[in-house]
Amino acid sequence: MSGPGIAAVAAQVAVVTAGAPLLAGLMRQVRARLEGRAGAGIAQPWRDLRKLLRKEPITPVGTGPAFRAAPALLVATTAVTAALVPFLSTDTPVGRNADVILVVALLALGTVALALAGLDSGTAFGGMGASREMTIAALVEPTILLAVFALSIPARSTNLPAIVAGAVEQPARLASPAGLLATAALAVAVLAETGRLPVDNPATHLELTMVHEAMVLEYAGPDLALVELGAQMRLTVLLGLLTSVFAPWGIATGPSWAALAVALAVFVAKTALLGAALAAGEVFWAKLRLFRVPELLAGSFLLALLAVTASYFLSGE
Amino acid sequence: MSLLRKIRDTGRVARPAPPAPQGDAPPLARELRGSAQVRCVDAGSCNGCEIEIGNAFGPVYDAERYGARLVASPRHADVALVTGPVTRNMDGPLRRTLAAMPEPRVVVAVGDCALDCGEFAGGYGVAGAVGDVVPVDLKVRGCPPSPDAIVAALRTVTGR
Repeated sequence: MSGPGIAAVAAQVAVVTAGAPLLAGLMRQVRARLEGRAGAGIAQPWRDLRKLLRKEPITPVGTGPAFRAAPALLVATTAVTAALVPFLSTDTPVGRNADVILVVALLALGTVALALAGLDSGTAFGGMGASREMTIAALVEPTILLAVFALSIPARSTNLPAIVAGAVEQPARLASPAGLLATAALAVAVLAETGRLPVDNPATHLELTMVHEAMVLEYAGPDLALVELGAQMRLTVLLGLLTSVFAPWGIATGPSWAALAVALAVFVAKTALLGAALAAGEVFWAKLRLFRVPELLAGSFLLALLAVTASYFLSGE
Repeated sequence: MSLLRKIRDTGRVARPAPPAPQGDAPPLARELRGSAQVRCVDAGSCNGCEIEIGNAFGPVYDAERYGARLVASPRHADVALVTGPVTRNMDGPLRRTLAAMPEPRVVVAVGDCALDCGEFAGGYGVAGAVGDVVPVDLKVRGCPPSPDAIVAALRTVTGR
């Protein structure tokens, strides 16, 4: 296999792992500035992680393997996803296996692991958070699948590198009605999957309004560091997926070191820009009532369904 | 977009950062290095201190810029901000909150009541000051203490 291909996979995992806390820091900083605050700085999530890794690990009484395995599983599944999705290059040694269904399944595995851990902690809020997370996940996963399927019809493959490489060659695919509908559907699904406003509030302190936070209330020390890193990596991976699929410019399509370097810079810029835009948008949104969330997600599912239908009929076959 | 105009007109409301406090940091705090997750425990206060803590984390004093952040669970916390005299009903919960926090942990007693029971000394429902129930690492005087004093104590902990 080609050197640049292997380097691309390694760089994808490294950039997502190292960059995820910085992206979270950037988003908090943007939000702080818009609120008139000074902000803690972009590196604050890394300081938090460094401190948490050196704290005492605590396993609450009565918790079992689901609780202990979940943080590592969450980070591991996200790291594998980061290796598979063509963030930097479509020509990688793992590209053949980078199927959309596999990527969505890996993300779902992380979600389920954390929900089981929430149940395993045995607290009222852990179970409540797990049940809410599953309600949302059951509506989000089909939307993500359908939205990417809409793009896989013109590419005639559910292989992500093939979809992205096709879009790089024929940008008209993205401006088609199917492409625009799928973008809107996937954007809403990504917001719900990563626990951002208006579905979940990542900064909440009220247990009754929590979804993701409620499941991780019992984690402490290094385990909490892994859970936070995992959540930040998921956000980076899903925002990266959004930019890779709908704004694939700059992604390397062949084994070239120069193209890889350009792809790295463009990926960082695209993801940072999208993250900053999301953080700025969140200042203007309020959290939806939990019972209104299925309406929002059903709407995004409908958009995805329309995208698939449009893609099927407008492809003229 | 009226909110956008409001954001533009308001600009930055955070006060310029005062010089870092020169006090001696508790030895455990040095291990935190620039990051402190804070859990508030109201052990029986009149809520005056809570209002000031709320202000300390508000946009004007902005304690978050020094690396302190309020969290929802003692498992996530490094610092316990304890306010008020410890009432008999909160004696047990306060000890259990401390036990749930992973080491290294720092206890900050906020307000005169937390330090010596203040107005409520000798009351039938009061078990004692915070120092009588759990070991206290840092003290913030005042009734209620100003947000500046609370922010200064948190900066001693985060070292920023």
